[in-house]
Amino acid sequence: MKCWFIAALACLLSSMAVCATPVRIGSKQFTESVILGEVARLAARQADVPAQHQRELGGTSILWSALQHGDIDAYPEYTGTLTHELLKNVAADADIPTLRAALKPLGVGITDSLGFNDTYAIGMREDRAAQLGIRRISDLTAHPELRFGFSNEFMDRTDGWPGLRQRYGLAQTQVRGLDHILSYRALSTNAVDAIDLYSTDAEIPYYHLRALDDDKHYFPHYEAVYLYRLSLEQSSPAFVQALRNLSGRIDENAMRRMNAMVKLQGKKETEVAAGFLGVQPDTDGAGLLSRLLKRTIEHLKLVLISLGAAVLLAVPLGVFSASSRRLGQAIMAASGVLQTIPSLAMFVFMIPFFGIGTWPAIVALFLYSLLPIVRNTYTGLVGIPPDLRESAAALGLPPGVRLRRVELPMAMRSILAGVKTAAVINVGTATLGALIGAGGYGQPIVTGIRLDDTGLILEGAIPAALMALIVQGLFEGIERWLTPRGMRLEARQ
Amino acid sequence: MPAVSNASSEAFELSRVSKHYGAVVGLDDVSLSFHAGTTTSLIGSSGSGKSTLLRLLLGLEWPDQGQVKVDGRALEKDHVLELRRRVGYVIQDGGLFPHLTALGNLALLPSHLGWSRERIHQRAEELAALTHLSSGVLARYPAELSGGQRQRVALMRGLMLNPDALLLDEPLGALDPLVRHELQDELKHIFEQLGKTVIVVTHDIAEAAWFAERIVLMRCGKVVQDGRLEDLRQRPTEPFVTHFVEAQRTLREPMA
Repeated sequence: MKCWFIAALACLLSSMAVCATPVRIGSKQFTESVILGEVARLAARQADVPAQHQRELGGTSILWSALQHGDIDAYPEYTGTLTHELLKNVAADADIPTLRAALKPLGVGITDSLGFNDTYAIGMREDRAAQLGIRRISDLTAHPELRFGFSNEFMDRTDGWPGLRQRYGLAQTQVRGLDHILSYRALSTNAVDAIDLYSTDAEIPYYHLRALDDDKHYFPHYEAVYLYRLSLEQSSPAFVQALRNLSGRIDENAMRRMNAMVKLQGKKETEVAAGFLGVQPDTDGAGLLSRLLKRTIEHLKLVLISLGAAVLLAVPLGVFSASSRRLGQAIMAASGVLQTIPSLAMFVFMIPFFGIGTWPAIVALFLYSLLPIVRNTYTGLVGIPPDLRESAAALGLPPGVRLRRVELPMAMRSILAGVKTAAVINVGTATLGALIGAGGYGQPIVTGIRLDDTGLILEGAIPAALMALIVQGLFEGIERWLTPRGMRLEARQ
Repeated sequence: MPAVSNASSEAFELSRVSKHYGAVVGLDDVSLSFHAGTTTSLIGSSGSGKSTLLRLLLGLEWPDQGQVKVDGRALEKDHVLELRRRVGYVIQDGGLFPHLTALGNLALLPSHLGWSRERIHQRAEELAALTHLSSGVLARYPAELSGGQRQRVALMRGLMLNPDALLLDEPLGALDPLVRHELQDELKHIFEQLGKTVIVVTHDIAEAAWFAERIVLMRCGKVVQDGRLEDLRQRPTEPFVTHFVEAQRTLREPMA
């Protein structure tokens, strides 16, 4: 709402006759999705459509609801996800025209397949497979002595190993559960003979693996497509055309190579996507310092706005709780329940109400800040000795003046301690905001986790830790400054 | 109680007042009146209802039954703030607000009422002279004051608006004997000098007799006897009175 208003204002102020809001492309939290997001952005740029890419917004549910709410305009998706998770009343093997018809009432459009199918596959070392003459999964039936190492998820899913064994009549008995990352190493050292993998995994070319042909079509199709808001067909036909032009252009090998360049060679998604399209990557030109500055501003914005709003609500709630104990217990219980919601869930809960970006993150942080401030305000006020409370009443001061001149100053130390707790927790929790597009120090952490890049993780984690320390120190200063001197003398006695 | 008593000369009047806290008796059917300009000592063991009585007079508590009148007018919630401003109230350890200096404590109510800084300072100086407090002490915080100084500041705070009455709840209870003795003298002098209606709560019979001719002895929320010290000694209404009066030790010459 607010962003919208600012955008509208910016349009009014700009001298341009036509207001061109950039198209917003989202991506999920894994490398392939980010690369496809960059491909879409650069393709839009090629078509002279201003576009921006909000990377690593989170999982499927976040992207899907962001698209429906209009927080983003397009994102890369897989047909299997649509049939299995997002659309009801659609057959598991529905083709793209069927999906297109099912998506239309939702205001969502779908391109044709980009040209690859990112599904489960069974992989073997190229040399070993060649030696045994195995090209298809059904060839495995002739070799019951082979040892399989499958990811735990694949072992458990009904559409994983149990179903696969049944469909192909596989008789292998040496089947172990493994961590997916470790399974590549196990395969390369011949500790196992076959593993499950995703057909576009970067490791396939790297470890010289062969993905066996699913000749009985057991695994569901996960054709890569772009989803977009149908309204773009009117507002930005050039962009929709640019997306459509990408269909059929990326085959499995091309996608594997791009994944490998990012994951194994440490190249940037932008570079890789630009290389694929044959265009110049637009360097973001931002050095470490300006990146840090941008993220610091984003992070501070999240923390300060949420904290400020929390103080404005929580202090009065604390005052109210202290004056009416029974309702106070209810208020405290409610804010306590808010506190028990896992932070990631809290951020995701905000999306249906506030979409993605800065504002839902601020609301989530605001809700988290309430309890420490309410509780400390309450504790501070309730802790005032009854005879002092009564002395203020006996003087003939009206209740409002008593609260302002006597009770709140006496509770100040406790209230500030609550605000400090909320602030420090906020600095840490705000890093999760990156998962729903709020930016901040969480952004490099999210990317770093995805790419297993410790340096990148630290680029977010260190400033976040420093900010927490600074906030802590700052509040100690504020506490000293705002706590009446007499209260400090009192505390020392 | 004479039926023709002039209502306007009674500063405080309780008629058949009862106050219970759950099963605990605060006051039980008490009728008492306090003449304007007189000093009365309220005495009794702890839990006898003395403090409850003061708190009822200030509207800090409200009776379950009966009526409280101040200056002949029934005490109501809508004018309780004005009433409190006409009554100074001093409690055992002063009730000073720790976040304000002594002067800040004195200024709290007057500044709310719009007094100028000069007027507040001037009044504080007058009262410092009355209570023998050196005015340099006024800049200190309560934590930096001695017990006696705190009680003096508390008394000054009660007197800032020059109220008609003073209610003191064990004002010297927390002080060491020397300071206590000194302040007993001073307080008595101040009461005489100001001529206000004063009610002092104490559990010390000697202190009660020192401050006032009229002593009201209470027990379990009831008035046991209302009179002078001689009445309590010579015409006790029940054995408890004698018991209470004699419970105070007197110093004797050691027997040779």
